[in-house]
Amino acid sequence: MTEARKAILGQIRRALGRGPLAAADAAVLDARRPTHTRIAFDDDLLARFVSRFESRSGTVVRIGSLLEVPAAVDAYRQQHGLPARAAIARPLAGLSWPADFVHHPGPAGKDEVLSVTACLAGIAEMGSLLLASGPDSPTTLNFVPDHHLIVLHATQIVRHFEDAWAILRACPGGMPRATNIVSGPSRTGDVELTLQLGAHGPRSVHVILVH
Amino acid sequence: MKVSSPQFKEKSVIALADPRLRQALGQSRKGFVNKRAELVGALPEFEQLRDEARDLKNHVLDNLDHYLERYEAAVTAAGGHVHWARDAEEARSIILNICQRVNAKTITKGKSMVSEEIGLNDALEAKGYTVVETDLGEYIIQLAHEPPSHIIAPAIHKTKEQVSELFEAAHGGPRKTTVAELVTEARLVLRDKYFQADVGITGGNFLVAETGSSIIVTNEGNGDLTQTLARVHIVTSGIERIVPTLEDVALFLRILARSATGQETETYTTLSTGPRRPHDLDGPEEYHVVLVDNGRTKMLGGKFQDMLRCIRCGACMNHCPVYGAIGGHAYGWVYPGPMGSVLTPLFVGLDATYDLPNACTLNGRCESVCPVRIPLPELLRELRHMQHQQGIRPQGERRALGAWRFVAERPGLYQFANRLAARVLKGLGGSTGRIASLPFAGAWTDSRDMPAPEGKTFLELWQARSKP
Repeated sequence: MTEARKAILGQIRRALGRGPLAAADAAVLDARRPTHTRIAFDDDLLARFVSRFESRSGTVVRIGSLLEVPAAVDAYRQQHGLPARAAIARPLAGLSWPADFVHHPGPAGKDEVLSVTACLAGIAEMGSLLLASGPDSPTTLNFVPDHHLIVLHATQIVRHFEDAWAILRACPGGMPRATNIVSGPSRTGDVELTLQLGAHGPRSVHVILVH
Repeated sequence: MKVSSPQFKEKSVIALADPRLRQALGQSRKGFVNKRAELVGALPEFEQLRDEARDLKNHVLDNLDHYLERYEAAVTAAGGHVHWARDAEEARSIILNICQRVNAKTITKGKSMVSEEIGLNDALEAKGYTVVETDLGEYIIQLAHEPPSHIIAPAIHKTKEQVSELFEAAHGGPRKTTVAELVTEARLVLRDKYFQADVGITGGNFLVAETGSSIIVTNEGNGDLTQTLARVHIVTSGIERIVPTLEDVALFLRILARSATGQETETYTTLSTGPRRPHDLDGPEEYHVVLVDNGRTKMLGGKFQDMLRCIRCGACMNHCPVYGAIGGHAYGWVYPGPMGSVLTPLFVGLDATYDLPNACTLNGRCESVCPVRIPLPELLRELRHMQHQQGIRPQGERRALGAWRFVAERPGLYQFANRLAARVLKGLGGSTGRIASLPFAGAWTDSRDMPAPEGKTFLELWQARSKP
């Protein structure tokens, strides 16, 4: 379809009344790093993240160390009456999980009920989590199970989207294949605009916040 | 998609008499409008963000060729494929070719207005593919065999009872009556489809030139399941949806959800960059982007270029009193409300869409809420002007305007005619001061009284006041 490409670019240039940009002008555009207005807030990053995330029915539990993650997951599981099995992202698989707890690194299958993953960052601005796909973090873990548990270290919380982009740009393999910014459980308003959680993605997104 | 805009008036009359539509649309006014107002009121930066979004979109349009080329290079570098489509037919044939090559059977779809614009579902079904819309609203209207009536809430015209009926007919009983039961039923039915799908098709809210990423912004997660679980992911997007950098994405994430659904943010923002990589455990094996022109380059560099800033949030229709009264179907094509009344004539022609630019009171609410400050009333006026120039407007109106111009160019005659009219109308008003029926103005007086003037013109009153 090179013909269509040529035609569309040609039509754009005719409409703009010019030919292709000169190399110097193109270089200026490529170097452009705009600083748009950011949303100002006074509260500290952790408080902001938690209050915004909880405002959309996300839940948060605080623990003192990474070693407490299996206990926090097990408590959640029992509280919700879930079976002792989960898709657990590889970086967390090495923790001491209860002996009867069956787990695998993913991908999540159709009947997966529970997943536990790490994340790249928390974004305080609107209370969102930044997750990136990779062998250690299959994307299906973020969308298929009914319950998604995310381990977030308090030190991973950044202020604005722009701070999260810096983390993405520093990813070793370049931009991840799938970057998911998750701001709470799945929801829909498509029937009479009545808010209903658990449309297609997780019904519950639970942050295990490590201090 | 078939254009039924010539039936705008008939459809509007039917819509106005439909109690279920009135009920459904009433919900929308309360929901979207109030929530947006609340959030925008709490964000001091909002007006500044709108200015920046407008300026950024103008910058992109001024350099669209450059950013499209950069975007294409970045997608290719990430292992994806970019396809260019001049029109709807070319876009359909690109997608049909991919589906045929990968021997697809089931195709899942996330919400995409461009796919509606190019009539994709009909084309796929005609070739024997099973097409499943996965956005709940799109799924509902697919079951009802209807087009969307709103660009972000496609089934906004349906009541819960209507959804219950559709689900019972499609899935079998027992009939579900609560919203929670209906949503759960759709969740379970569609879950199988995601895992069966060979091809997943989504839209693209933004295409990032810097990284070669396509972005979808959703609440349900259906778009993510669609694009993650299918073997092949195809993105359909208009060429104007390019943004240069991730910083620019941040700007739009701050205004899109607030303007669209009155949410601080939608639940999911996903950036997709190329296909599955070595050692990945999931994700599509192929990643394609179809860049659709379909009339957009014709708007560039002309009077309607501002319309290319549109980010498809739906705020204009949420705030439009005409849309609020008749809903989206009367507009007769893919895009309803104020943005649709501008786009439809430009995409499908002025002749078939005569009523659309006129179904507007020029109250300006749409422009006042547009996150990228598109001067929608001005563009609608411009379309009326083009209708006049092309002789599409009714003869009676042309003659009346000609007569008015003749009088208005002669101040003495104009003032005399005004004085005469003021006195005659006062007389018609009688003791009540209201006129129940007026020749040539039946459209006004059929449904309400016309207030009668007080007998003197403004100029007369002004002159009387100015005298010492």
